[in-house]
Amino acid sequence: MKPKVIRYLDKGEFPIGEGEALALYRAMRRARFFDEKALLLQRQGRLGVYAPFMGQEAAQVGVALALDPGDWVVPSYRESAMLLARGLPIHVLILYWRAHPAGWRFPQGVRAVNPYIPIATQIPQAVGLALAGRYRGEGWVVGTSIGDGGTSEGDFHEGLNFAAVFDAPVVFLVQNNGYAISVPRQRQMRVDYIARRAEGYGIPGVVVDGNDVLAVYVEAKKAVERARKGEGPTLLEALTYRLAPHTTSDDPSRYRSREEEEAWRAKDPILRLRKALEEQGLWGVEAEEALLGELEEEFAREVALADQAPEPTPEMIVEHVYKEMGPDQRRAWEALRQGKHVEELW
Amino acid sequence: MVAEKARVLNLVQAINEALDLALARDERVLVFGEDVGQLGGVFRVTEGLQAKYGEKRVFDTPLAESGILGLAIGLAMGGLRPVAEIQFAGFLYPALDQILSHLGRWRHRSRGRVGLPVVVRAPYGGGVHTPEQHADSPEALLAHTPGVKVVIPSSPERAKGLLLSAIEDEDPVFFLEAIKLYRGVRAEVPEGYYTLPLGKARVVREGRHATLIGYGGMVEVMQEAASVAAKEGVEVMVVDLETLVPLDEETLLEAVRETGRAVVVYEAMRTGGFGAEIAARIAEGAIEYLKAPVVRVAGYDAPYPPFGAIEHHYRPNARRVLAALRRVLTY
Ligand SMILES: Cc1ncc(C[n+]2csc(CCOP(=O)(O)OP(=O)(O)O)c2C)c(N)n1
Repeated sequence: MKPKVIRYLDKGEFPIGEGEALALYRAMRRARFFDEKALLLQRQGRLGVYAPFMGQEAAQVGVALALDPGDWVVPSYRESAMLLARGLPIHVLILYWRAHPAGWRFPQGVRAVNPYIPIATQIPQAVGLALAGRYRGEGWVVGTSIGDGGTSEGDFHEGLNFAAVFDAPVVFLVQNNGYAISVPRQRQMRVDYIARRAEGYGIPGVVVDGNDVLAVYVEAKKAVERARKGEGPTLLEALTYRLAPHTTSDDPSRYRSREEEEAWRAKDPILRLRKALEEQGLWGVEAEEALLGELEEEFAREVALADQAPEPTPEMIVEHVYKEMGPDQRRAWEALRQGKHVEELW
Repeated sequence: MVAEKARVLNLVQAINEALDLALARDERVLVFGEDVGQLGGVFRVTEGLQAKYGEKRVFDTPLAESGILGLAIGLAMGGLRPVAEIQFAGFLYPALDQILSHLGRWRHRSRGRVGLPVVVRAPYGGGVHTPEQHADSPEALLAHTPGVKVVIPSSPERAKGLLLSAIEDEDPVFFLEAIKLYRGVRAEVPEGYYTLPLGKARVVREGRHATLIGYGGMVEVMQEAASVAAKEGVEVMVVDLETLVPLDEETLLEAVRETGRAVVVYEAMRTGGFGAEIAARIAEGAIEYLKAPVVRVAGYDAPYPPFGAIEHHYRPNARRVLAALRRVLTY
């Protein structure tokens, strides 16, 4: 039997309150604004390699806003929207994508860790973090995210099994965007819905229309609630699509068609929610313009902040390897600080 | 603070005692791994701990090393002090990604925000006829990972204090325990809680003609060789590195400068092993004192043989160490 794909938008259903719906819209719009600007900055050489998330805002924002501020997110490289929705300041995110050291230490109040580059390794770590919260009586829930390709890695399976065995309070979001770089889902696995795998671990698996933020949010909320009550993890599969390249170094025309992209563009999660909000009389052209104006200002301010970050210095290379530098780091630090190579100190 | 009373314990008992004291002292300490709970570990190192501290603090995990390391990292991120056991060091390989990509890197990649006070204990090394993959010595692989420390004790009283330091340490520490020594060495171990500093090598035997340098299971082999040499009037200094990372280069170089002759002994395969690092440090820091090339006594560039009848040809023994000594003494 095929799992049911949960969907609210385009059916005239509105399962959440006005305030929540507007907050979801603003967060998605803000994320998209960031993504578009980031691509421009990258083209100007003012950002390093960047992984856009365009098209996947609903999945990321829906889960991020379903969590409480005291909860944690453990993201991978494509989850910038999630980080923004969690309150990571834009200038820190810019510095992160500039590979500037100041962007690699997230502010203490933001309950999110740095994105992961090696695929799937965050999954068992998220489970550990969740168990630490339970052990300490802090009861935080952990939201973590992975792509469809990432679910082929061993760590995904080890992590889900651990979470199930220990009833860890984790919400596992799979952003099934159909591709792992160029490899389509059908070449990645034989299973039709990734959420089916949940049964194999003995946990609930849910499939949502990943471009319907209401569906993502409602189901994520349920999963978070279950986790908080001690009922264990949930695997939440969001069916979605990335409208942009895999990263700024990728050329998607080599592996997917323009028609396919256009078909998904029509299901843009932001436009879909906006339409629903407009039908309810909650949104309109003026509100949109005001929001864009705000975002423009905020972004300019934040870029300026990022630009003010001091140039990284060479000795930063050996800082923070250990809590205290060992003799080898100290020797290298001294050399680099003097503008030398360590060999020159002998 | 060293308690007065001492009893004779083996390495297993000493490590068990350290874990017991750490669990008693700090609620944040958790002990977990495969079979560590009810069974007390395949070597019984964690015996009795689950009964004493409960399943919340001492627990069995599913059989998945990457999962165990990942779990440890997350627990440490959340403010706990995990002590994970990997059943044999040769089974660290499925977890290497967690180690190389994360455990060693988190502090650096978060610019100091996320420190991981994780201890990973694993039995290593040969000499007791274990099956395939059970005798590997992956210390060089670990030492080559920035951000982790590597400690390899060679005696019960040292192991206890070093393990307690490792658990107190704010950075990840690999604590490798020579299987051959588990029940093969006994020593007086002080009672109560005490720590010994990481990053210090120690001279376990003085001598003026040549210096033997090694760690873990090789310390007794070096001692044996030194005793034989002593009968022929050759006084051999023996250095136990104890901590490979951070390395106590000062003590190492001092010991080599005194004798001008050095043999490095390790039971991993020769090429790229930690002995190569030692030889390089000596070349960089004490070449003008050398009267002979530094010689390595090590395993061969082959997997550790799972064949009990011939494994002693792979694992360095006193005879091979003596041959190397002869070489540096007659150069
Ligand atoms: C362990 C590992 N192997 C390979 C890569 C290279 N790589 C980066 S992204 C990617 C595809 C990931 O696809 P998916 O999990 O579907 O996520 P998406 O990028 O579509 O969000 C690959 C192969 C990596 N980062 N980590």
